[in-house]
Parts: sequence; C-alpha cells; structure tokens
Amino acid sequence: MTDQATRAAGPAPSPQRAARDVPDVPKEPVFTTQDLNIHYGSFHAVTDVSMEFGKNEITALIGPSGCGKSTVLRCLNRMNDLIPAARVSGEVRYHGIELYGPKIDPIEVRRRIGMVFQKANPFPKSIYDNIAYGPRVTGMKVDNMDDLVEQTLRRAALWDEVKDKLKQNAYGLSGGQQQRLCIARAIATNPDVVLMDEPCSALDPIATLRIEELMAELRELYTIIIVTHNMQQAARVSDRTAFFTVKVNETTGDRTGGLVEYDRTTKIFENPSDQRTEGYISGRFG
Amino acid sequence: MTIVSAPIEPPSVEPPLSLEPSSRRLGEKAIVALLFAAAALAVLITVGIVLAIAGPTVEFFRQIPFSRFFSTEPWAPNFVPDGFGVYSILAGTASIVLYSCMIALPAGLGAAIYLNEYASHRARKILKPVLEVLEGIPTVVYGLFALAFVAPLLQQIWPTFLPGKLGDPPGFQFVLSAGVVLGIMIIPTVASVSQDAMSAIPGGLREAAYGLGSTKMQVATKVVVPSAFSGIVASFVLGLSRAVGETMVVLMAAGAIANLTLWPNDPVLTMTAFIGRTATGDVGFGTTTYYTLFAVAALLFVITLVINTISIALVRKFREVYE
Amino acid sequence: MRQSGRTRIAVDAARAGTESLERRGIDVKGELFRAVLLLCISIGIVMLATLLAYVIVAGWPRLDLSLFTEMPSTRDPNTSGFLPAIVGTLYVMIGVLVTTVPIGVSAAIYLEEYADSSKWYNRLIEVNIQNLAAVPSIVFGILGLAFIVRGPWGLGFVAFAGSLTLMMMVLPTVIIASREAIRGVPSTLRHASLGLGATRWQTVSRQVLPVSLPGILTGTILAMSRAIGETAPLLLVGATTFVRFLPEGLFDGAYSVITVQIFQWAMRPQEEFRTLAAAGSIVLVALLLLMNSVAIWLRNKYSRAY
Repeated sequence: MTDQATRAAGPAPSPQRAARDVPDVPKEPVFTTQDLNIHYGSFHAVTDVSMEFGKNEITALIGPSGCGKSTVLRCLNRMNDLIPAARVSGEVRYHGIELYGPKIDPIEVRRRIGMVFQKANPFPKSIYDNIAYGPRVTGMKVDNMDDLVEQTLRRAALWDEVKDKLKQNAYGLSGGQQQRLCIARAIATNPDVVLMDEPCSALDPIATLRIEELMAELRELYTIIIVTHNMQQAARVSDRTAFFTVKVNETTGDRTGGLVEYDRTTKIFENPSDQRTEGYISGRFG
Repeated sequence: MTIVSAPIEPPSVEPPLSLEPSSRRLGEKAIVALLFAAAALAVLITVGIVLAIAGPTVEFFRQIPFSRFFSTEPWAPNFVPDGFGVYSILAGTASIVLYSCMIALPAGLGAAIYLNEYASHRARKILKPVLEVLEGIPTVVYGLFALAFVAPLLQQIWPTFLPGKLGDPPGFQFVLSAGVVLGIMIIPTVASVSQDAMSAIPGGLREAAYGLGSTKMQVATKVVVPSAFSGIVASFVLGLSRAVGETMVVLMAAGAIANLTLWPNDPVLTMTAFIGRTATGDVGFGTTTYYTLFAVAALLFVITLVINTISIALVRKFREVYE
Repeated sequence: MRQSGRTRIAVDAARAGTESLERRGIDVKGELFRAVLLLCISIGIVMLATLLAYVIVAGWPRLDLSLFTEMPSTRDPNTSGFLPAIVGTLYVMIGVLVTTVPIGVSAAIYLEEYADSSKWYNRLIEVNIQNLAAVPSIVFGILGLAFIVRGPWGLGFVAFAGSLTLMMMVLPTVIIASREAIRGVPSTLRHASLGLGATRWQTVSRQVLPVSLPGILTGTILAMSRAIGETAPLLLVGATTFVRFLPEGLFDGAYSVITVQIFQWAMRPQEEFRTLAAAGSIVLVALLLLMNSVAIWLRNKYSRAY
C-alpha cells in the first residue's frame, strides 16, 4: 500500500547522493550465495539466487511482495531456522565459510550478523538494558558497560536524545527513536554485518530520513544489507541494488521468488538491463 | 548530524573465523532435558493412574467374578452376605447426572448465549467474574449447602399431592437436592466453554445476518448456535463428565444407599461417593473392600476417559472449522 | 460439506431476516427469549447469593477467634476449632506450591518454546495434559493412595502425600495457564533476542518469562485456590484422621485440612456441628474469594501490557 503511494508520487527515483566509487563487482565479498533455494514446506519461496554482498557497502534488496527478498535476508543470519518447515539448499558462504554447514552454530552466526526488524521491537526494559542485553548474553568482555552503552548510543546518534533517561523504559520513546534504539542494540555487540528488514516501513518520513542518515554513517563500520519496499530509499542509501520478483511457472502455475538483476544502484536506477527491472522502477508493474 | 567518532575499533573479522559453537552449551542442553522431563511427567501421571488402578482391579476380579460385578445384585461390598452388583451405583451416578444436567445444560447454554449476544460490555465484565466465583466455591461448601439448606427446603415444599412414589416426601438425603446443587455448580463450566465457541465464530457471519435485518433472537438461534454447535456439544459433554466425577456434593447430600432407582426422592450411592465413603472408613489394606475401591475407580476412570476423549475431539473439530 | 453447511446457515438467516421485516410492534417471542436467557444466567447468581447468605447466617454464631485457635473436639462443638486443619492446609499448600510451580512452568516452557508439535511424543504429552485436566479429582486420590501413601513411594498418611496428590490434580491448570501466558509474549521479542545471538534459554529466561510472569502468577493463584478448596482426593490420602494436635511437619504425623474438617463437622447430626462447618466455610470462601480477586486484578492489570 504505502510503497504504491510513494511510487505514484513521482517519476522514477534517481540516486540523489553523490555516488560513491562503487566497483563493478564487490571487492571483498562478505556473503556469497550460489544457487540458493529456500522452501517452506512444499512452497518453493526462493529459486536459484547467486550473488555477492560487498564489505562496508549498503546493499538494498527490492521487489514486489512475495518476491522472497526478506526470505533471502533472513537466511543470511539463519533466522529462517526459527521456522520449522523452512529448508535452505545451495550455498551461502560468509567469509568463505558455508553458513549451513553441519558444524555451524546459528547462535554464533547471529552474534556476528545483527538484525533490525520491520517493526521496532525494543525489549520492555530500560534503554540502558536494551543496549547492554547483547553484550551480556553473548558473554562479551566489557570493561565498563556504562561506556559501551554511551558509545553505542552516540554511534547510533541517539545519545543526546536519551542520555537523561537511560533508566526509563524504552517503550516511552517515539517510534523512530525506538527503531534507532534497535539499530543501536544491534551494533552494541560490534557485529560484522547488520541486516535490516524494512526498518522504516512503520515510520514517518522524518524518522525515515534520520535512519537513512544513520545508515550512511554506519556504512563506514559495518556491512549493511537492507530490504525495502521503498525504491527511493534504495536509491538514496544503497551502493548496490538487487531486484527480485515473483516468477510464475507457466506450466504448473507455481509462484516463486527470484533474483532478476543485481548491479550498482546507479546502474539499476538509471540504466537497468532487464525489462522487468525497468518496469518496476518506473512503476509499470509490481 | 554529527557523530562522535567512537573509540571502538571498526569490527574486524580476525582470521581464523569460526562459526562453530564457542562452548558446548551443556547447561542449555541440561535445561532442555529438565524441561522435557517436567512435560513428560504428565504422561507419567497418566501411566501411574493406569498402573495404580490396574493391579488391584485385576486382584479384585480374581476374587469376584465379572458376572457378579456387572449384575443387578445388591451393592454391599463390606457386608455379610456381600454383594458386588455395580449396576446399583452406576444407576446412582446416572440419576445424579440426569438431574444435574437437566439444570446445567440448558441454563449453561442460555447463560452463554446471553453473555455472548445480549450482555453489554459492562454487564459481561461483572457477570463473568461472578460465574468464575461460582466455579471457585469449594465443593464441600456446596455439599453443606445441599445437605443443610436445599434438602430441608425441598422436603418442606415437596409436592406430596403427586401420585404414587413421586408424592412420597424424601428423607434428609436424596438425589434431587444433590442434583440441583451440582447442576448449578456446573453451569459456569458449560457456559464458559460454550461461550468460547460462540465468540470464535467469525464476526462476518453474524454481521451478515444482522445486515439482512434479523433480530437478535434469530441471530442467536439460527446463526450463533448452529455455527458453534460442536463447541456447545463439547461443553455439554464436559459438564456431563464433571457430573459423573464430582464427589463431595453427592457424598454429603445424595445418601449412602446403593439403590437401583431413578426417582428424584430416593437416596442413592454413586461411584464417587462409594469411593469417598469407603476411604473415610477403616479399610484394611488387602481386603476385598480395598480392591473394590480400585475396581470402581477403574470403571469411573474409563467412563470419564471416554467422555473426555469425545469432548476433546469435538473441540478440535470445531477449531478446524473456524481457525 | 462444511461450506454447504455454512451456506445453509446463511440462507436460513437471510430468510429469517425477510420474515422479520413484515412483523410490526413488539417482538414478543424475542422478548420472551431474552427473559429466558436472563433467567438462565440468574439461576447461578441467585444460587451464589443464597449460598453465601446461608453460610454467613448459619456460621455467624461461631465466627470468632476460637475458631482459629482451638483444637477440634467431638464432645463440645462450642469450643471446637480449626487450628490443626488450618496449619495442615498451610503445610499441604506449601508442598503443592513448591512442586507444582516449577514443574508446571517448566512443562509449559517446553511445550511452547522447544517442542516440535509434529513429533508424536510431544503430541502425546499435549493430549495427556488435556485428559488429566478432566480426570475426576477422586481418581487422583486413588493414585495417591496406591503410589504415594503406600506402594513404591510409601510416604504414609502425611501432609506431603496430600501435597503430591493435589499437585498431580492442579498441574494441568498451571501448565495450561502458563502456556497461554507464554504464547501471549509477542514473537518480535523472541526474534530480537535471538537475533542478537542469545541462546534459546537466555531468550526464555530473560525476555519471555518476565513478560509472561503476571499470567503465570494468575494461573498459579487460581490453581492454588482450587487445591485449597479440594476435598475428595484428600479423603483417600489421610486427611481424614481425627487430629487433636498440630501436624509435626510435611513428612511426619497425621494431618487434616480445612475442607475435610468442614466435611466431618457437616456430616455430624448435631446442629451445633453444622454451625461449626458453616463458620469454617465462611473462612474458606473468604480466603478463596480473596485469592480469586487478586488473580482477576492481576489479569486485568497486565492484560493490556502489549
């Protein structure tokens, strides 16, 4: 609904930020997927995704509902494990290590690959305890928790707003602040990657802008992969964009999600090579 | 927006990166095992019930033949000459179930319809806790009430003009006083399970009927009750099961005489009351009377198990339709 | 099949609707129906009021301090009291509390957070809990008599035997209530915690349990009040011994409880003992009403936390 509205608002968005030097292919891939397929029971959710995610880049996954972009994202830190019927096949390599290998512990994976969810989900605890939770449960060696909380909140550009109410319940914050707190919480354990699953879909434009600014700052430190419904957002913040769509098997009528085109964001938005991408970008379908 | 550059080093993945478990998480595994054990205890209790009852019951039937137990001979396990015809106390249970369900089922259903379709939000907020309190009164207090208040009252107003057996004034313990009290005691159970079923009906069905100009009564009788039917039946079955299994009210108010009768003014002995009464007396371990206790308990357990299985299956069927 | 059933219902309703359009004036049938429904719900309320009035009027003469401080006596009902029964109830309930809560909550956590319900043994556990919840209470007494008082455990007729018997009886209540409370915790919280690299147990113990605590507490209070008010199974596991002294402990000596004491007074022919039973009932009902009110208050207070 909302992205329909945003899309109708104007012509095809173009990358507004002065484009960074984005190499043609990711130089230092953090993730590499090869023929990734994901099933939910008998439903084939994602078919044959092969792509690389670059270090300290922001990669945006866009596409219509049901195209499997969130499913792919959740597969990168093994959150799909929480769905009993989910099955992953193909390869997902993280710094060369097969993420779905037999000895891999999903808990260790999630400690390195943080996640921010669609709806802000702070714990019903104080702001301080929200930040300290990750370091505490992961057994991180922390000399001074107060310092860590402060640094984390500063990094998330939230410190000035909350420094006087660290002991208050996080539910007292505004929606945008809650989502930034969730980002702060995710980076408190100093992860390598932060996955964001439509982090702004429940926020107003001003709160959205603040989060986008924050992402730009955080790119220097973390690899960020974001799923978004909002094409302008992808154009504004990302270095690379992957366009997914729903593919319908003409003989069986089965629907499955798949990757159509993956390239530098400037290329995707200015000169897409696939017609389907162009159609989606210019709002012709989706 | 400025960001104070943080003194923390940018994250670096130091080789060799390992994603294998950093510890064996034995504590975690031990906890899961403990939690599973706690859940499995429920199965163990059931097995325990079956074992506890089975052994002595087998012993009972070694001493008393099947044909004597399932017969109409008098029920007098601890008398001389003894008698073990379980039909007499089965009849007692049936009689109690008959009179209590005559009250509990219609009244419970009516209460559920009222709560779900008629009561205002405020009325419901008062009525539901009242029903919960009714459910929470200890059965021994109900028993006292039946014995010391309801029975004398019924004795006084007994319609003695009725012809034949029905016109005989009852003694101080008889089926009807226990049945009435037990029936009212069960109303909340029937009402709450029925109402759960009614409130699970999709609102659209109800709105469609109202949209067509139906009255409240028509919605209640033609839409709500038929749609929630299996849930309502489940509540009836559950009420029935409670009537079969209730001990204190019948033990205190229904009497102590095993009686192959369904008259409302007769005293009866039910299966539960027999167990309760025998247990309060002196029962020598290993006597035939002791084993009788278990044989009756076995019968009671099997009957309620069958009833409950029906009820659970009905509730599940209802859920499948609407959830 | 089902679809056609629902269609039929809808058609019936539609027909009923058109019929009613033709009717004018007061809907006599409808009003009568409402009156009958009101009667149905009133029966229970009137009965409750009568019952409370009866026990208060009947028990009032003996509702004094000696009720709490005196030993029971079969000779003089006027100086007879409930002291050993009150202490016995306390002992039994402590035993119920310390066994039921950890087992019940653990079982609920397992079933909600860990169990894969497609596995046969987990389904078996679920069906068992449902069935146990509907087993007549006196059957638990039989189990207690055969396995706890005598048999393999052989505790004898002591307070803890009563505790274990009641524990088995109220365990399903605690499990079912705790499961509902745990299920009420939004899954976003679990995902947030797991996404940070917390283990299952860390997530359960630090996020899920604190949030579901009010619900678990409500269920526990209701289960405890059920156990306090229970009589039948205790008749079989020793609470009927006539005790003129305080129980020595959870594992030693004879014991009695309030409900059984009420039962025994009520069954005596003399009117004075009935008065005593009614006075004991007032105390018991007041205690249970208090517990229920606390539970309802807790539930309402926290029901809209999320």
